[in-house]
Amino acid sequence: MAQSTDKHEKDIDELSGIDTTGHSWDGIKELNNPLPRWWVYCFYITIVWAIGYCIFYPAIPLINSATPGVLGFSTRANVEQAMVDAKAEQAGVIQKIAESELTAIRDDETLFQFAVAGGESAFKVHCSQCHGSGAAGGEGYPNLNDDTWIWGGTVEDIHWSIANGIRYDGNDETRWSEMPAFGRDGLLESDQIANVTDYIMQISGQEFDAAGAAAGEEVYLDNCAACHGDDGTGDIYSGAPNLVDAIWLYGGSRDLVYEQIVNPKHGVMPAWGHRLDPVTVKQLTIYVHALGGGE
Amino acid sequence: MSTQIGHDIEDADVAPVNSKEHRELYKARVKIFPKKVSGTFRRFKWLIMLVTLGIYYITPWIRWDRGPFAPDQAVLVDLDLRRFYFFGVEIWPQEFFYVGGMLIMAGIGLFLVTSVVGRAWCGYTCPQTVWVDLFLAVERVIDGDRNAQMKLDKGPWSVEKVWKRVAKHGVWLLIAVGTGGAWVFYFTDAPTLARELVNLSASSVAYSTIAVLTATTYVFGGLMREQVCTYMCPWPRVQAAMLDEDSLIVTYNDWRGEPRGKHAKKAAADQKPLGDCVDCNQCVAVCPMGIDIRDGQQLECITCALCIDACDTVMDKLGRDRGLISYATLRDYNTNTIDVPAGKPARHTDLKSMIRIRPVLYFLVWSAIGLGLVFALATRDRLDLNVLRDRNPVYTVQSDGSVRNGYTVKILNMEQTPRSFFLTIDGLEDVHLWTARGQHEPLKALIVDVPADRMKTMKIFVEMDPKNLPEERTEFQFRTFDMYGSESAITDTIFQRPE
Repeated sequence: MAQSTDKHEKDIDELSGIDTTGHSWDGIKELNNPLPRWWVYCFYITIVWAIGYCIFYPAIPLINSATPGVLGFSTRANVEQAMVDAKAEQAGVIQKIAESELTAIRDDETLFQFAVAGGESAFKVHCSQCHGSGAAGGEGYPNLNDDTWIWGGTVEDIHWSIANGIRYDGNDETRWSEMPAFGRDGLLESDQIANVTDYIMQISGQEFDAAGAAAGEEVYLDNCAACHGDDGTGDIYSGAPNLVDAIWLYGGSRDLVYEQIVNPKHGVMPAWGHRLDPVTVKQLTIYVHALGGGE
Repeated sequence: MSTQIGHDIEDADVAPVNSKEHRELYKARVKIFPKKVSGTFRRFKWLIMLVTLGIYYITPWIRWDRGPFAPDQAVLVDLDLRRFYFFGVEIWPQEFFYVGGMLIMAGIGLFLVTSVVGRAWCGYTCPQTVWVDLFLAVERVIDGDRNAQMKLDKGPWSVEKVWKRVAKHGVWLLIAVGTGGAWVFYFTDAPTLARELVNLSASSVAYSTIAVLTATTYVFGGLMREQVCTYMCPWPRVQAAMLDEDSLIVTYNDWRGEPRGKHAKKAAADQKPLGDCVDCNQCVAVCPMGIDIRDGQQLECITCALCIDACDTVMDKLGRDRGLISYATLRDYNTNTIDVPAGKPARHTDLKSMIRIRPVLYFLVWSAIGLGLVFALATRDRLDLNVLRDRNPVYTVQSDGSVRNGYTVKILNMEQTPRSFFLTIDGLEDVHLWTARGQHEPLKALIVDVPADRMKTMKIFVEMDPKNLPEERTEFQFRTFDMYGSESAITDTIFQRPE
């Protein structure tokens, strides 16, 4: 226990001859040696520094804010300034992208690299929710890495799709197609649908029932070929998917194809032309085109 | 202040302010005014100062032609591009182990030197010692030698004192600015930076670096001096472990000197003959650390050997043998303490007896690391290939059922000329590749131009029919080779198909 001795009476340690602090802990006393002078000076400097800091920088908390400090320093303002600086630094390249044709951007090394980088970050923010962060899509959401394009895979086609959307009500120039619901609306009998499904299995190189497929060919030519083509390779102008390749938006198994003929699903993509600035849409186009499937 | 012992020997009235009995824990620093001295070691120290300062100040200005694609400064640390140039050697960040190896060599070299000649680093080559020596020389030119300095220090402020103080601190600051100024030249083209510094158009980093180094040089070299060695530096503590009884250290040979005394004749008459030490205190007067070497080996002693010069001068005047204070090992000292009074000749460690197991082992380890580094440097590749496989998506199925994998491929051309490389694939059959920027053409190999001293990064797609792949994950190699040279590099990676 610490106990204080009388302040007026100096308690000199016998061995060292140095005065003690007067505190005693279980009989052990502390010598009252002076602090090292360099240490004391450093301590004074920190006090002066702290006062200066409180004057020049935001320091003392108030109810809704803090004292601003005479330098007007603010981390938020610094970030805003950094953003403005970064924008100013990019202004030249952004201007060039705004003025250039898509193919010209693709052919210029600097613009291409900039557009891919900018497109990638915009993609992560606006597109990855449906298409996935690696643009590999999923059931009902097209994979943008592969070489199949429902609405075309040139830079111009991709740009149109991003700017105007797919089956998007708010845009007059949106891509639009609607496959009739052959089963739900009773346009075909169920055995006809079964047969045409077998025919699609045949032309896409999967297992099929020979008799059904033979009967299904006529059904196909009468009902489906107008959009999907006589050979089933589809048509990008009407957004009719290729039926003979290895890629299926809603699944390629017999059951899933049958289901799609009975009651087709139709994906919707928003138009981004009026939400994002034209340069970002262009960057997104270049990025998607460079994922590996661009034509 | 001082009296004459005779033989023109000045009897210095000086106390070793940093010796054990004078230095209390809470005492303020007592100023040291080291006396000028001349002799072998003093000359050697001037030479070392000339060489070390010369290396420090001149090195950044040496030019070295590396062709049009690399800087022509012989020694340059390029922090922007992360390159280190040392004459004919260029080091990329991933090769930094060479610098690490050299630092290890410097460490072991220090062990080697310390085990043989004690704290030679402290006494001769440590920047603190060299700059303090330089600052002391400036002080002597302006203020005069020890006695004049002390008189000036104690005297009242006069016109003379003011201008001398201004001149001294001014010159010190100039040296300090020069020291900090030379440092920044190692990090960018020296002539360009010198012009920018004068035009006040250099970067703020350059000015602030110079300011910081000016402050440390002035404070450490001019104001703190021996306190840096005694209180701040860890090396005096560490080196105790490096010394053994065969290490040469500055030694007062008390078997010869004691009993010390000024009045030899009177002592002889009293039947108490004195040793060789006439107690003139010259060894204390010249000591920059403020100690008395006659107290024996102590932490404060940096073994600058100036006391040896001072004592030898006195011994010469007295017509006695030199070496009352000398470089001697503990073994010499212990042997002589017993042998010499018994009439045997004194033992002196010579070059031959310095070759002992410990320094030889240090030397072998030091050489082994050095040879290893030289070998690695001589045989190192100037081409490297890094491959990062895409993981999102892991693979892409194409419309014809073939499978595509994506890779980020980096080719590092570490030579100072632009080169063209073939990039091709080993270990996969019927495969083709193309770059993200190129057209989708079934190529077997790509030609890649990489600028001098740069890395080129490309997105490469590899496509093949998965029917040819027995396993879900197949290992294969990217291979690149110089179209016009012999260098090549191979990197393993994986091709993945759907289950």
